[in-house]
Amino acid sequence: MSQTWIILGGTSTIARTFARMASERGEGVILAGRDMDDLTATAADCAARGAPIAESIKFDARDAKTFSPIIERAAELEGEISVAVFVGSMPPQDEIDDDPSLIAGTVTDSFTGPAEFLTTIAPELEKRASGTIVGVGSVAGDRGRLGNYVYGASKAGFHAYLSGLRNRLGRSGVHVVTVKPGTVDTAMTWGLDKLPFLAPPEKVSKDIFKAVDRKRDVIYTPIIWWPVMTIIRMIPERIFKKMQI
Amino acid sequence: MTWKTLEYSGWGRVLTARGDVARPERASALAKLVSSSPAPAIGMRRSYGDAGLNDGGKAIDMTRMDRVLEFDAETGVLHVEAGAQIGELLRIFAPKGWLPPVMPGTGFATVGGAIAMDVHGKNHHGLGSFGCHVVDLTLMTAKGPKLASPKKNATLFKATVGGLGQTGPIVSARVQMLKAKGDVMVVTERRIGGWDEFLKYLDASDATYTVGWIDATAKDEHLGRGILEEAETGGGLVAAAKRGKRIPMDAPGFTLSPSVVRTFNAAYWRRVPARGRTVVKPIDDFFFPLDKVHDWNRLYGKSGFHQFQCVVPINAAGDLREMLASIANSGLASPLAVLKRMGPGRAGYMSFPMEGYTLAVDFPNRDQAEVLIKELEAQTVKSGGRVYLAKDGLSGPERIRDMYPEHKQWLKVVQSTDPDQKYATDLIRRLKLREPT
Ligand SMILES: Cc1cc2nc3c(=O)[nH]c(=O)nc-3n(C[C@H](O)[C@H](O)[C@H](O)COP(=O)(O)OP(=O)(O)OC[C@H]3O[C@@H](n4cnc5c(N)ncnc54)[C@H](O)[C@@H]3O)c2cc1C
Ligand SMILES: NC(=O)c1ccc[n+]([C@@H]2O[C@H](COP(=O)([O-])OP(=O)(O)OC[C@H]3O[C@@H](n4cnc5c(N)ncnc54)[C@H](OP(=O)(O)O)[C@@H]3O)[C@@H](O)[C@H]2O)c1
Repeated sequence: MSQTWIILGGTSTIARTFARMASERGEGVILAGRDMDDLTATAADCAARGAPIAESIKFDARDAKTFSPIIERAAELEGEISVAVFVGSMPPQDEIDDDPSLIAGTVTDSFTGPAEFLTTIAPELEKRASGTIVGVGSVAGDRGRLGNYVYGASKAGFHAYLSGLRNRLGRSGVHVVTVKPGTVDTAMTWGLDKLPFLAPPEKVSKDIFKAVDRKRDVIYTPIIWWPVMTIIRMIPERIFKKMQI
Repeated sequence: MTWKTLEYSGWGRVLTARGDVARPERASALAKLVSSSPAPAIGMRRSYGDAGLNDGGKAIDMTRMDRVLEFDAETGVLHVEAGAQIGELLRIFAPKGWLPPVMPGTGFATVGGAIAMDVHGKNHHGLGSFGCHVVDLTLMTAKGPKLASPKKNATLFKATVGGLGQTGPIVSARVQMLKAKGDVMVVTERRIGGWDEFLKYLDASDATYTVGWIDATAKDEHLGRGILEEAETGGGLVAAAKRGKRIPMDAPGFTLSPSVVRTFNAAYWRRVPARGRTVVKPIDDFFFPLDKVHDWNRLYGKSGFHQFQCVVPINAAGDLREMLASIANSGLASPLAVLKRMGPGRAGYMSFPMEGYTLAVDFPNRDQAEVLIKELEAQTVKSGGRVYLAKDGLSGPERIRDMYPEHKQWLKVVQSTDPDQKYATDLIRRLKLREPT
């Protein structure tokens, strides 16, 4: 059956590699985001790599009016439709400390905007009784830490949302994958120092497709983050609160 | 963040730089950088010396701008972002029957690097350099994108192709791809006993792709022995080459000691039967044999290595033979040595190619190697040839202008597009290329 991915945050570094891989698998891509010039370029690249459908469309997590045209386009597509969410923003924690009004935007970009979109499109996937939803969260959502706890909190919220969505959609044959990347070499992290186990974005996308094909529920990528986070999650709060990690 | 402080080096790992590097992923980000803090564009840093380095200054890493923007399957014209790698383009388009028109010996080189060095490939004798196949290119300037082609802004085009990045970042280019019969290579390998025989075969070769591996340790009656490879694309089915092995650490110094190299080379030469043979190879295996092992430059150990590459005119073939003799007698060469006949095709003022013979030899970085390379360079100038700036790390400003007679024309364009030398690199400063004579 033909497969088309709706990719939210199509300009993200990881999304680009994901869209390329989808194209080379012969799957279609609809790239949704804010920078239309960039999305158009990626769509052309995907078409050259074999995507049968390669389009770009406006999406702004902070503007729900942009959601319905995407969902209408999805409804027109034949075959299986799947959604992958790469949207997220991580303003430096100290900027947030100085300007707490940034919190609302961060939560909208990384959690509530995508969640509202997914909830709106879910019936279309349920109707087709197939497809996959990939939600990119972060290891930062596993534990709130000094350096980025507002971003982490948004991701934690998104994880819980995805878990509930999986519980709901699994009943109609739609699978939900929660992806928790560690640190990835992307525009978001370029120039930040001392990033442990920095992974190339292609690695993350490869792991995502593996998880999609094997119907995994929650993955850490690269896999090293699974033991690392298992340990970090086990540290008692009274010790964790004094740590600098 | 925009900038990341990095320690980085050229492929030979002898020359290094430290400075802030930006890595834009989209045209708008690049435009912003060019208007706020213009800095030299760099690609995959497959140039051996300091062409891609800007010590103490800033640089713009173009490797994430690597998308195919358009491909016309009728004409074979490809519009591609400058950070795209030649090997990746081969991987995408060879199955569709189109090849990058010119491919250097590494598939990791970017389109931008291929233009800025006007690179040559194994088909240079017939098809000229990469720049000869560039339909047009787009530079990012402080005023926005600017198109240059052999017809429009022609002097800017000629200053950009082979222009060492001095006209500013190339964002994208339209490249005429080459129609191929299929995506495998039919390769005829022939053992060559010595220098004169080598030239005879190179001169007579009418294959599309021709290259010679030369045993740069063989002396006296064996001087110039090697293997000639002639190849054409063809149809058929062969398994893709296995890629991605890595050299996990710097090799110790003795790995490429003279006796190891001599033994290796002799065995490598005998690998091809005396009567020659024809083999079928995966396409990337033929074009990028070294890419199978990532980071192979670490085999040379921490101190790195140099490559010497020159081209001399046809009538100076005898001088080139003498140069090879002094290399062989020194015992300093590594197994990587290439001899090729070049055609006249070149597309920029500062392009390397000229009709003649080109010799490229790697040397582990030792003091004696430096001395030898300088002698070889002096001989190159005497013979009316030139050294390749993509490989050079040792030359000085004195001789370069003799080797590149169109330097003046280039300089004029470059000074008007970049009067404050914002795009100068370590190589440009070392060779004083931005200074008037
Ligand atoms: C194993 C090996 C084999 C090779 N074989 C050959 C060969 O057969 N023939 C040949 O000609 N060369 C050969 N080379 C050299 C190589 O092709 C060139 O050095 C090429 O320029 C490398 O491309 P790059 O993307 O790594 O560029 P870099 O080395 O990063 O940069 C090279 C130059 O290009 C400029 N530049 C890079 N990108 C841009 C851009 N977007 N806009 C403006 N300027 C830019 C830089 O400023 C610099 O001056 C070989 C190199 C290796 C390592
Ligand atoms: N890089 C890492 O180390 C890392 C680690 C763990 C998780 N992640 C997650 O991985 C995902 C992809 O990030 P990345 O690393 O590839 O970084 P990125 O390139 O910065 O991607 C972030 C993406 O989110 C989009 N976005 C932000 N706010 C938006 C909004 N209001 N509406 C629409 N799109 C919006 C951006 O679009 P614009 O281009 O329009 O700004 C961009 O496409 C993110 O969810 C991130 O949190 C990254």
